[in-house]
Amino acid sequence: MFVAPHIEWAALSPVLILLGAAVIGVLVEAFVPRGSRRLVQVVVAALALGGALVAVTWRWTVVQQDGPSSLVAGALREDAPALLFQAILLILALLALLVIADRARGEDAFTPTASAIPGSEYEGQARRAGLAQTEVFPLTMFAVTGMLVFPAAADLLTMFIALEVLSLPLYLLAGMARRRRLVSQEASLKYFLLGAFSSAFFLMGLALLYGYAGSVHLADIATAVPLVSGMDGLLLAGSALVIIGLLFKVGAVPFHSWTPDVYQGAPTPITGFMAACTKVAAFAALLRFVYVVTPGLGWDLAPFLWIVAILTMVVGTVLAIVQTDMKRTLAYSSVAHAGFLLLGIIALDERGISGILVYLLAYGLATVGAFALVTLVRTKDAEGNLVGEAGHLSEWAGLGRRSPVLAVCFALFLLSFAGIPLTAGFTGKFAVFGAAVAGGDWPLVVIAVLASAAAAFFYVRIIVLMFFTEPATGEDGSATTVVRSEGLTAVAVVVCAVGTVLVGVVPTAVLAVAAQASKFLL
Amino acid sequence: MSILNYLVLSGILFAIGGTAVLVRRNAIVAFMGVELMLNAANLTLVTFARMHGDLTGQVIAFFVMVVAAAEVVIGLAIIVSIFRTRGSASLDDASLLKS
Repeated sequence: MFVAPHIEWAALSPVLILLGAAVIGVLVEAFVPRGSRRLVQVVVAALALGGALVAVTWRWTVVQQDGPSSLVAGALREDAPALLFQAILLILALLALLVIADRARGEDAFTPTASAIPGSEYEGQARRAGLAQTEVFPLTMFAVTGMLVFPAAADLLTMFIALEVLSLPLYLLAGMARRRRLVSQEASLKYFLLGAFSSAFFLMGLALLYGYAGSVHLADIATAVPLVSGMDGLLLAGSALVIIGLLFKVGAVPFHSWTPDVYQGAPTPITGFMAACTKVAAFAALLRFVYVVTPGLGWDLAPFLWIVAILTMVVGTVLAIVQTDMKRTLAYSSVAHAGFLLLGIIALDERGISGILVYLLAYGLATVGAFALVTLVRTKDAEGNLVGEAGHLSEWAGLGRRSPVLAVCFALFLLSFAGIPLTAGFTGKFAVFGAAVAGGDWPLVVIAVLASAAAAFFYVRIIVLMFFTEPATGEDGSATTVVRSEGLTAVAVVVCAVGTVLVGVVPTAVLAVAAQASKFLL
Repeated sequence: MSILNYLVLSGILFAIGGTAVLVRRNAIVAFMGVELMLNAANLTLVTFARMHGDLTGQVIAFFVMVVAAAEVVIGLAIIVSIFRTRGSASLDDASLLKS
């Protein structure tokens, strides 16, 4: 006998606004004339993200008064951590949208028609006709919708659907780069195959946990843990598979192999978007699963999580040092950051939640900002034609003399990645490491501090390269140049830089808000 | 018949699917491996639904089918676009991205 669930429309408003915007975006593709399509799409997407942010703020005040609640027959949970994760996601997505929408020199970062064969006559015609793949915006909105549901999902089925809703658009977006399209398509294929592979693991874990507890609600599974005996194998295998599925999305070693390839191949604005937002959403879901379901089996899962965290920190840092490509360096640095964030998960301490929130905000701001700047640094050949983004690290030499503002901003983001005091990264690292010490994981913290010190080496190396090295000219007369953004990227970078400094210099306000979020989840 | 048989079968299917993804070099075959893994999970869900005597598992299996269908659309779009570019769907050819 099915009972129709009671649906709390008001509490669902942030998700509904974005989903509505995504559907409107699809209709815009069909009905709005080509000339004004792009403007309409950008405005719809920006309004939706802003509106959803207002809705999340409103729900925050409601939750502060009435306490957390379950929505849609227990499918979603509206509590302080979920709302804060959603707020961080929306802020980062809005900044990433500015970078996605920017057209430096009249060209955005996306291919004019993704269906055209690279290098074909048809592609050339499409480029000359000034076509634009404006489906990018509804796809982004769909991805953000999935990301918003992910931190709030209170049962494994909702989590699985949200995982797919956020992943499927990203697989497509990764393959739409304007330049180096073969690499971009390859990144898309790798991301898709490994992403689908990992969601199959997640699903198998879901099935095993359902067999164990007879329910997919996280709370029901948690209550079954001390009661049901004789099926520990199902519980452990199920939890491990679900966690593996989520660790794939996070990019933790040994499930990280897609990260550098996809980050390098995808259009750079999309790389910034998914590096920041996917990590926020996936860590939110991982946090909820680990903190709600697995405290009862801490000793059984702890060795697994410890090994993953140590490997992630060490491998991410070491491989970042040996990279020669800017986007790959940032990709491995994001792998290392996933390792630092795992400390807050393993801590199983109330402070872990607020620590991860602050760390993700700091990491997200620096990531969106850094990749936004990467979009502006281009290579030009001997005749002065723009060839593409300056990928190789040596092409960034001497940038500090020609474009001091850009180089200073980039250096700021790198320092924040490195966790230097007075930047947001320091606040985040301090909060997460503090939680890990409180949880009794001091050996992990020692490794994390050593890894941070080693990581600081390659961040500083890039800064030295930008400010204290002569600019290099290639043998074929190619050189590095900085293109002027349309203004949108500049706004995003300035906001990211100001946010990074503010969270670093006056962290108390952010920490106080984040501390409120640790009350309800457990 | 014992419920365990179905679980063993789904375990075998899951392993075959996983092996196909890791070993086979054709993108389409690797993708079929993923689909096999999803369906192994479906079989597990339906078996456990029978064991617990409630419908949740069967309903979830329907959700998974819809998701799998959506995934096929996206996946084939990506594989076809790569095939048209390169004239092959081999994963070994797709190796421009190396560290």
